[in-house]
Amino acid sequence: MGIANRHGTAIILMSFVIALMLTVMPLPDWAEEIRPQWVVMVLIYWAMALPQRVNVGTAWIMGLLLDVVNDAVLGQHALALAIIVFLTAHLHQRLRVFPQSQQAIVIFVFCVIYSLIVLWIKGITGTAPSVWLIVIPSFTTAIVWPLAFIILRHARRFYRVS
Amino acid sequence: MVLDHRFHAIDTFRSALTIVVDPIRYVVNLPSDVIDWASGSFASHSTLEEENETLKTQNRLLKSKLQKYAELKAENANLKALLKSAEQHEEILERVLVTEILSVDLDPFRRKFVINKGTSHDIYKGQPIIGAQGVIGKVVNVGPLSSTVLVITDASHSLPVQINRNGVRAIAVGVPQNNQLELLHQPNNADILVDDLLVTSGLGCTFPDGYPVGRVVDIVTNPSLPFAKITVQPTAHLDRDREALLVWPSFGGNKQADCKGPQEEEIGQR
Repeated sequence: MGIANRHGTAIILMSFVIALMLTVMPLPDWAEEIRPQWVVMVLIYWAMALPQRVNVGTAWIMGLLLDVVNDAVLGQHALALAIIVFLTAHLHQRLRVFPQSQQAIVIFVFCVIYSLIVLWIKGITGTAPSVWLIVIPSFTTAIVWPLAFIILRHARRFYRVS
Repeated sequence: MVLDHRFHAIDTFRSALTIVVDPIRYVVNLPSDVIDWASGSFASHSTLEEENETLKTQNRLLKSKLQKYAELKAENANLKALLKSAEQHEEILERVLVTEILSVDLDPFRRKFVINKGTSHDIYKGQPIIGAQGVIGKVVNVGPLSSTVLVITDASHSLPVQINRNGVRAIAVGVPQNNQLELLHQPNNADILVDDLLVTSGLGCTFPDGYPVGRVVDIVTNPSLPFAKITVQPTAHLDRDREALLVWPSFGGNKQADCKGPQEEEIGQR
């Protein structure tokens, strides 16, 4: 697929911006700890649907932005997201044919890997929270996944993103 | 990551990325701004009148207190002159700037927030930030139009304090779980009582001295442990305030020799 038939870069960018906004949107304290990992979800979706467009490089850039938005150590989310997108790109043909419940389970596993990498880096820099608290967002991400998947697929088909 | 964490070598890169991220922060902050504006412009006439009255009373009270302060200041200067103290007359009121706290969530396990001022307003890294009731925290990352503030109750924040009553010095470290502080390494027989007021001691050259930090709420002495466990409740409303004050500390007087001032220090490091 050449550069000529690339469509809907704006849609992909929009989805990333919305994901970042949802990441920093103020929530009450109890909801803050269960906030789904929106950026991970959107990145996995695009890496699965259009692996030729959204790759490890995109994930790295998004990760750097996420680091700045969250005021974390630069590179912390970038590394974790790059690894997740690498895994997704590696398995994208299998992931596409999975039923949504099975997809959600894979997303859960990916999110746990992502959280563990982030936790590991936080541990090295001396600001690690409790291990069990960081697994909760992975649950909520897996629960929200089918909805996000339907919305993003609809957007992709409607705007013919390719 | 090591570069960022240990050496702050890519601070400029980070502040450049902040420009990309700032629009997102400001857009997310928009709804709460609109609500603020709406509650201001749709408030009823009587409510506004009432509020105006309260503020006037408060203003009168504060002004009368300020008169007392002017007198005390003059008296203090006189006494110092009598004693021929080496300490020069020091301006106690520092340069300040009001800043708005953006309603943007950061990492839920850290105590940080974003303010709407940055390097374009002369903000520098390590600058103290205070509220109406006491110290809130210090700036840790600056971008051109926004900065991140580390709150005193974050686990990685320590603050040099002293007890207002007797001048006992201590280090207050944040306990984020219950939004409180803890005094480190105080012996079991230290002269600290419940309800003692803690103020910044000015050591460490980041915070100016004399600003209230918190009150001691609990002292647990266990003879089998080397140190007492002293819990402090911050006086500032750390999670309720929407506005805060940025302070440019003036480390004047005899402290000048020890403190080069944070700005000069930073230039020296480069």
